[in-house]
Amino acid sequence: MSDSVHTEAHDHSHPPSFYYKVYGVLLCLLVVSIVGPMMGGLTVLLVTAFGVAVVKALMVAAYFMHLNIERKYIWWVLVMAVCFLLVLFYGVAPDVMKSHGVNWKSLSTPPPAAAEPAHH
Amino acid sequence: MNPSSVTAPAHQADAHAHHEPQGFFSKYLFSCDHKVIALQYTLTGMFMAVVGVYMSYVFRMHLANPTAHIPFYGVLSPAAYNSLVTNHGTIMIFWVAMPVLLAGLGNYCIPLMIGCDDMVFPRVNRLSFQIFFLSTVLLLLGFIAPGGAFGGAWTSYPPLSAKADYNMTPWGNKIWLLAVALEIVAFLLGGINFITTAMNSRAKGMKMFDMPVLVWMIVIATIIFMMSVGPLVAGAVMLLLDQTVGTHFFGAQGGDPVLWQHLFWFFGHPEVYVLLLPELGVVCEIICVFSRKPLFGYKTMVYTTFMVGILSMVVWAHHQFVAGIDPRMASIFSLTTIIISIPVAVIMFGMIATMFKGSIDFKVPMLWAVGIIVEFLLGGVTGIYLGSSALDVYFHDTYFVVAHFHYTLIPLVAFGGFAIFTYYFPKVTGKMLDERLGQIHFWGTAIAFNFVFIPLFFSGLAGEHRRIYDYSGFAELATPGMLKMRVIATHALLVMMAFQLPFIWNVLKSLFAGAPAGANPWKANTLEWAADSPPPHGNWPELPEVHRGPYEYSVPGREDDYWPQNAAN
Amino acid sequence: MSAFQIPVATTRSVTGIPTGRLAIWWVLASEIVIFGGLVTCYILFRLRHPEWAAEAAHTKLAAGAFNTFVLLTSSLSVVLAHLAATKKDTVNAKRYLTYTILGGLVFLCVKAYEYTSEISHGFTITRSVFWSFYYTATALHALHVVGGMTIMAIILPDVAKGKFLPRVEYIGIYWHFVDLVWLFLFPLFYIASAA
Repeated sequence: MSDSVHTEAHDHSHPPSFYYKVYGVLLCLLVVSIVGPMMGGLTVLLVTAFGVAVVKALMVAAYFMHLNIERKYIWWVLVMAVCFLLVLFYGVAPDVMKSHGVNWKSLSTPPPAAAEPAHH
Repeated sequence: MNPSSVTAPAHQADAHAHHEPQGFFSKYLFSCDHKVIALQYTLTGMFMAVVGVYMSYVFRMHLANPTAHIPFYGVLSPAAYNSLVTNHGTIMIFWVAMPVLLAGLGNYCIPLMIGCDDMVFPRVNRLSFQIFFLSTVLLLLGFIAPGGAFGGAWTSYPPLSAKADYNMTPWGNKIWLLAVALEIVAFLLGGINFITTAMNSRAKGMKMFDMPVLVWMIVIATIIFMMSVGPLVAGAVMLLLDQTVGTHFFGAQGGDPVLWQHLFWFFGHPEVYVLLLPELGVVCEIICVFSRKPLFGYKTMVYTTFMVGILSMVVWAHHQFVAGIDPRMASIFSLTTIIISIPVAVIMFGMIATMFKGSIDFKVPMLWAVGIIVEFLLGGVTGIYLGSSALDVYFHDTYFVVAHFHYTLIPLVAFGGFAIFTYYFPKVTGKMLDERLGQIHFWGTAIAFNFVFIPLFFSGLAGEHRRIYDYSGFAELATPGMLKMRVIATHALLVMMAFQLPFIWNVLKSLFAGAPAGANPWKANTLEWAADSPPPHGNWPELPEVHRGPYEYSVPGREDDYWPQNAAN
Repeated sequence: MSAFQIPVATTRSVTGIPTGRLAIWWVLASEIVIFGGLVTCYILFRLRHPEWAAEAAHTKLAAGAFNTFVLLTSSLSVVLAHLAATKKDTVNAKRYLTYTILGGLVFLCVKAYEYTSEISHGFTITRSVFWSFYYTATALHALHVVGGMTIMAIILPDVAKGKFLPRVEYIGIYWHFVDLVWLFLFPLFYIASAA
């Protein structure tokens, strides 16, 4: 695929069957992401739920949004946006995720009503 | 070719005669023409500047004499003081600086400077202004809402801003937030237009590095804006839900008020550079034209600007050193804050080097441009004190901070606004401004400006806290010495306001009786000066072709000391 | 008002990317930071509050999974619409666009069912910050679904007449993005209840 980027950068020559194949793979991955976490274990969950989500997202971006045959710098624009989010995450994480400091301790606890919902 | 792309050949579109819309409404109010939209933005921004200055006049008068009856206002109540201070900040940043420096300047200059007839999406452009206008009206409606306008500072920190029980403005807080959100939407629409136009619609022959540095800087500023504003949009939605539905995103029950500060400043600090960069671009243009020299280190300038853009995204927490953030992060953010002064200094030195050994002509735009460099330097240097977390603990929330950011923003917004205005007035109206009145205006404004804010540096160092309605309750702040500083600042503000009268007179006089400007009164190279003054709908009878870079001044062996980008030889 | 004329600027393409598509990519970049900002905040809180796992167990996994399926399918149909549009096959372009709108409609119906059921069981937006995030993120996403459907409905008559066919591609890219956001919201709010 990547070999032909320069020669046919704007030729959307995939036949419909190609998209059906991508769709099939996406559905299989969806099943994996639902069944995987039921196997238990944090690592399995992270890989199957989030790892697969990333793979699905990249597949949608590459094949459905045609990023694989788009000019390369569009990737950079989108990756730049994601990078700034990482900066935001790591800049904010030390504060928001901290529950105690030298002279203080966070009192925020889940509200009592959250213990068991009033229903059924 | 891609069959799905827009493939209408350019020459075919060229053949369209540019029908100028007729009638007042379609020509001025609902026009899609980028120049008209630029003027709409600029005039709305200038109107809001008058509103913002009036607010500062009211609270400065009050601070100089807390019990007095203020002319043209009356007696200022504590609640009204808070909403005036809040809205002064909001208006000056979002409704003056953004529309004038980014939207107005960008809309006017980008298509003209890169040689095309309009923005790529003229109707989106019009929509952008309409949303902006709506947000303006909405913000001003806050003042007649029950409970008055929002008074929780322009940073709108929760929990003060999140609950009407705390801020006492049940309508004002929501109106403020909605107005800011709409304003952001307007600039996102405009920003996409800016970037796409500059990327895709350059004139034939114009390579990336043939664009004037102003276009580069506006585009980079727009990209910074787009990349930083997203989390704030999300945060605004969350804060709005806190206010209306009663969620606790930023409340004590499971939420986190510091999160809002992070979201706000993640946008708020890059925003400073969003305002700074277009200004620096204008200064570059003006300095080249009035020194008759090429810009020093054009490519270095562009790369440095990219560096400023990236660094500006990683400095935001220096606004929060006293908010209880992690001390380790405070050191990192101190470091990045000090580092960002390096690329900015490179740009400043580039400007000074451009002037070095040039044949400088101190026309009014040049005066403003040099004024920006001098005054902004003072603002930037005081920023280094505030950027180091150890010092900031003492300076934070004093008038030192107020003086610091006014020393950066007034050179950018006011001086920069006047530089743009005086530089482009001949292009926009076809008339020359009066030089002598312009000089009186410049010197009066610049000198009075220093007398407003230098006293505030000192009172801040002496411990004067911001956001206090009446200092008479605080023995150490109510001394005659401190009061004297406040009085000097207020008087200087009145002088500064009075010196705007020559400017208004100058504009009115020149509009009706100014000397005709001709197409290129400053003998500048860039493409906008190749169009008629004022440029007609469609800008040029035939779209120009570019043969060289924008800064070919005083080329050896040429008769003229300038070489327009579109001249064949 | 005189009829609007497309300026020469719009027809130029210095980068080689059509102007509309270039603009869509920038729109998406700004959308990434909007959704990304919200999701970043959520992840920060989620890592801080392990007890939210119990809350997340009350979201409806089956409904969420079905909605993921629906959105993936609608992504397929909109890419097929684009394919038809590039071949000037207006009949199929219109057909697949209609399928996509219907997909969005099904998605919204399922979402409405979920909201109703959750609210009636006491899981309202103010119950805890988890639910605040859940409703905010999914509602913001649903608004984007509505926006995409509206735009598709607007361009549908033009597409049927063979006018402005590149717009099928632009709305398609946007729709894939809406799909893509959901691909992340789904594990964040529905699956990760075990951790």
